[in-house]
Amino acid sequence: MYEKDGERYFVVDTHMHYWNAAPDNWVEGAEQYAKGWIECFYGYHGLGPEDTRWPMDKYQKYSEEDLMRDVFDAGHVDVAIFQPTDLREWYKEGFNTTERDATLFEKHPGRFILNTRWDPRDGDDGLKTLRHNVERWGCKGVKLYTAEWRQGSRGWKLTDPEAYRYLEACQELGIRNIHAHKGPTIWPLDKDAFDMSDIDHAATDFPGLNFIVEHSGIPRIDDFCYMATQEPNVYAGLSVVVGALMHARPRFFARCMGELLFWVGEDKMTFGSDYAIWEPKWQVEGFVDWDYPPGAEFDDYPRVTVASRKKMLGLNAARLYDIEVPVECRLAPQQGTPAARDDSVAVTAESPSA
Amino acid sequence: MSTDGGAVLAALETVRDPELDEPITRLGFVASCTVSAAGDARVRLRLPTYFCAPNFAFLMVADAYDAVSGVPGIRHAEIVLDGHFASDTINTGVAAQAGFVHTFAGEAVAELDRLRADFLRKAVLAGTDLVCRPLLAAGTAIGELAALTLGEVPPSPELDRLRRRRSELGLPAGDADPLLIDPATGAAVGVDALPLHLRRARATRVGIEANAGICRGMLRVRYDTRGEGET
Repeated sequence: MYEKDGERYFVVDTHMHYWNAAPDNWVEGAEQYAKGWIECFYGYHGLGPEDTRWPMDKYQKYSEEDLMRDVFDAGHVDVAIFQPTDLREWYKEGFNTTERDATLFEKHPGRFILNTRWDPRDGDDGLKTLRHNVERWGCKGVKLYTAEWRQGSRGWKLTDPEAYRYLEACQELGIRNIHAHKGPTIWPLDKDAFDMSDIDHAATDFPGLNFIVEHSGIPRIDDFCYMATQEPNVYAGLSVVVGALMHARPRFFARCMGELLFWVGEDKMTFGSDYAIWEPKWQVEGFVDWDYPPGAEFDDYPRVTVASRKKMLGLNAARLYDIEVPVECRLAPQQGTPAARDDSVAVTAESPSA
Repeated sequence: MSTDGGAVLAALETVRDPELDEPITRLGFVASCTVSAAGDARVRLRLPTYFCAPNFAFLMVADAYDAVSGVPGIRHAEIVLDGHFASDTINTGVAAQAGFVHTFAGEAVAELDRLRADFLRKAVLAGTDLVCRPLLAAGTAIGELAALTLGEVPPSPELDRLRRRRSELGLPAGDADPLLIDPATGAAVGVDALPLHLRRARATRVGIEANAGICRGMLRVRYDTRGEGET
């Protein structure tokens, strides 16, 4: 919990990792990709405040102690949600797998929510693994990374028929939250890999599931806004939006927030630190203090209140994941309903299950 | 006839990052640019990450090849993209003028014209915001804006750029053509649809500019040298 000016903020970090990208985990023959991947992450890391930057060797593989201190002791986070990314083509034991995250999930009860992942190209075996993970760890969410390389394939779409089998399995298994993350490659390579129309289709076809678009679609935040504004079950994940812009490019951050608040709405935006890309401490503290800078260019964006920040920092995610919020951190009834599906401008009472 | 590096750099100034709609020189993507006395140009390009989207990377390398090859006095152009997962594939494919489909055989089904046009349409939308926002701030009413033609808008570099982008797409860009058009169809935008159209134009501009900010920041983390023509 974070307290500032007498207000108590319940913080859910909806997007964080416990990865191992050290050289001894690089797959032989794929070293350049394993190295390139973590160096790309390190580039993002460099957009945070200078005094929060790590040396590369620690960044490649940090310890359980680092994570517990940075996220919970120093970082103000109440509950953190693991979002696995496997990348087994490049990392021997995977980059940030469900199994690796599970070691901390099991050791520190109540601290973490463990999401798992699936890849439609894994076929029936992947469905079995998904079922097993849900039974073993009670997973209620999945992270989907569409640009994962697999045996010569450069990625997949949520509208692939195999992906629909998995989405049906999610519904059946009680998984409600689909965290979708687009990457730079997909088949075929001539298409825009960051295009989100497949998420749009899937969200329409699976109204019972929530689709949290990670990084709010960056680098397609504009396309994301037009899509999310019409879909009652599409949410904006704020990881990277906060981490990459709030410190490095504060005016762009304010404009991105303004657009998201206008099109998607404060009930449908969820904070995520993307740890260990960035530590949560400066992000949470900065977000609570944040408001638009002076300037006419920000005048017609929706205003931000204490209640807005409380929703985005934790209450929306708590609702999506059924996390019990302490009484002193809840909103008064007149302050609105966190995670309300009808907050987006173009969602109406006629929209399915708004 | 001898050619200096300045002419080649000027040619590279015409090559844009299709997503960011800015010249690759100003973005810092040109690591070096040299020309021999005999007219052999060597250009090294770099990008903010190892995993930048390969289709856009290919477009920039191919466009740079075409632009430099077209400079009078250049006998041979060598364009090398450094530090990208597909560097070898792209460099070889562009040098052989093989096109995208052949360069990424089995992984691509079409050339990149449609992708480029999609992003030009975004550039038109973002450019619309750049041109309209000062007009609105100066008191132009929404109804007046909808009736304006390009020739009636006060001259500015932003207006010139908007007209050039519209021309590239084959959209109407003459003095008598409307300022506000649908970038997909070229049809004029009516008064009723205008508020949402302007909102979309602004969101598009915010998206492009935020991406450019992130790309510049990451390039700075990755390389501690300034690019040729970087601003």
